[in-house]
Amino acid sequence: MAGLKGFGVCSLAVLLVSLVGCGAESPAGKPEAGRAPASAGAKNYELLNVSYDPTRELWKDLNGAFAAQYQKDSGNTVEIKQSHGGSSSQARAVIDGLEADVVTLAMWQDTEAISKKGLIKEGWEERLPNRSLPYSSTIVFVVRKGNPKGIKEWTDLVKADVQVITPNPKTSGNGKLSFLAAWGSVVLNGGSEDDAQAFVKKLYLNVPVLDTGARGSTTTFAQKGIGDVHLGWENEARLEVKEANGDLEIVYPKQSILAEPHIAVVDGNVDRKGTREASESYLKFLYTDAGQEIIAKHFYRPADEAILKKHAEAFPQIDLFPITKIAAGWDEAQKKFFAEGALFDAIYQPSGK
Amino acid sequence: MMPQKSTVASSTARHAASREDPVWVRVLLIGLAFLVIGVLIVIPVANVFYQAFRGGAGVYWKNLVSDPDTRHSIFLTLTVAPVAVALNVVFGVAAAWLITRFKFPGRTFLTTLLDLPFAISPVVAGLMFMLMFGLQGYMGPWLRDHGIKIVFAYPGLVLVTAFVTMPFIARELIPVMDAIGSDEEIAAVSLGANGWQTFWRITIPNIKWGLLYGVILCNARAMGEFGAVHVVSGHISGQTDTMPLRVEKLFQEYNNPGSFAVASVLTALAIVTLFLKIWLEHKTSHELAEARDVGVT
Repeated sequence: MAGLKGFGVCSLAVLLVSLVGCGAESPAGKPEAGRAPASAGAKNYELLNVSYDPTRELWKDLNGAFAAQYQKDSGNTVEIKQSHGGSSSQARAVIDGLEADVVTLAMWQDTEAISKKGLIKEGWEERLPNRSLPYSSTIVFVVRKGNPKGIKEWTDLVKADVQVITPNPKTSGNGKLSFLAAWGSVVLNGGSEDDAQAFVKKLYLNVPVLDTGARGSTTTFAQKGIGDVHLGWENEARLEVKEANGDLEIVYPKQSILAEPHIAVVDGNVDRKGTREASESYLKFLYTDAGQEIIAKHFYRPADEAILKKHAEAFPQIDLFPITKIAAGWDEAQKKFFAEGALFDAIYQPSGK
Repeated sequence: MMPQKSTVASSTARHAASREDPVWVRVLLIGLAFLVIGVLIVIPVANVFYQAFRGGAGVYWKNLVSDPDTRHSIFLTLTVAPVAVALNVVFGVAAAWLITRFKFPGRTFLTTLLDLPFAISPVVAGLMFMLMFGLQGYMGPWLRDHGIKIVFAYPGLVLVTAFVTMPFIARELIPVMDAIGSDEEIAAVSLGANGWQTFWRITIPNIKWGLLYGVILCNARAMGEFGAVHVVSGHISGQTDTMPLRVEKLFQEYNNPGSFAVASVLTALAIVTLFLKIWLEHKTSHELAEARDVGVT
């Protein structure tokens, strides 16, 4: 048996060695080790942009344009990798160590959550033009062909025979904005907070499915054919209507919320990786005419007044109210409406009819 | 040979009983079985290929190879799965050896622990690694200071895949090694063979088919792993997206043909696995029966 025991020890040793071996080769195996200068003069950067769900097509376009521009201006090359997902879960990944150079998330509080962990310096909102907003967006209605239920305004959403599709405000930026827009439609038109609460309660009784994210809701409405009206991002709605080949129509209410997807450089990561200069150039590029044109092309409302005016027919003028009109800020709105046990929990019972 | 005889006897009894059922019952039951399998398995699987090839073979091929992110996801899956399987081969053989050849306190407990990765939801498995190696986890800050990346990078993908597929090989080997017994190994040692000689000349030839079977199952599961990888991947296109993640991403980007093209590759791998499995099952049952015969006589 001594020999057998010897073998047992041997195989254990092999196991350990191979595990350690794997551990040791790991850092060398990572693909983005080579951030060092490619040649004497020109540098080669690789940046990671962590963003929210519906912006994939937008950033693909912007990245290509920026890389060309950057090489012309500085002689350095840059390659930008993208990561997309639900805004809050993306913020969580950056907090857990996903090495984002820049974050371009849907909601202010997601960027703020990263800042609170010390990865983004305080006062980040003021470091880039227009309060770090290269574009804005809003929530609009998508209805079925010919608008059979005659949905034009927020008040039409609480009619008994209307089914509304929008994602869950607890997990989705789109969901939060839909809720806040509905709330604003009452309190900004002379209604009291109690009226608003009764209104949203009635509205969410008309929601048969609460998906977790924007793309999920789009699929529910456009592909599964559930519901009469879909409350979604303006850019997502435009894409949805285009994909549907005439089966869907877009409806602009008179008033909706101003959505503010902020952008920021992740200080903790760029300083360690030595990519600050490239990352800042990247985000500043968004404010150039070329960047703003691409933004408009993808149906996000450009921050630049002149370019917005140029595309006026793509962006119908509706009254977009900022969050500050209905709450002190995004932070307070989160606490008041969406936190555990807050207003949304009080008005929405999933087991209800 | 007794157990085999009794199974033969009982199966003939069952045959006789089924022949006594009225024709319509038999037709109905067989029809139902085909219907369920058709609706739940055959049609959805066939549809994956139909959707993938809808635009013709040229479009299909273009969907697979023209997008660098898709190409990378295929490459990544083909590099993550084998490394995870290799880790599990070493671990599985060692664990099966330990459990079948030695008696020690806690042996049953260890055998139970081996199954834990099957019982834990893959998402939880991913989160476990995130809490260990993530920046907010126990080892995250130290790893970052030393420039070692685990989560959101290749090593993390390998680790969670290896964890989720850990039991396959050990589970496959334990019954085989139990059935074969340690007589041949003891004989080898008594004739002066050392540990390695015993291992390579006696143990490995005895367990090779069972081991291969475990490797194939383990590999199939490793390539298809979604939940745990989803948590630690970070979803960086062209860097940490494996094939299953790529399928989801393409689907969400309204790129159905692209999504189904990648899905069809995964499905094809599964079907190949299935045939290999059937072939190996014949092999192993044969070897096991032989081993049992030797044990009885």
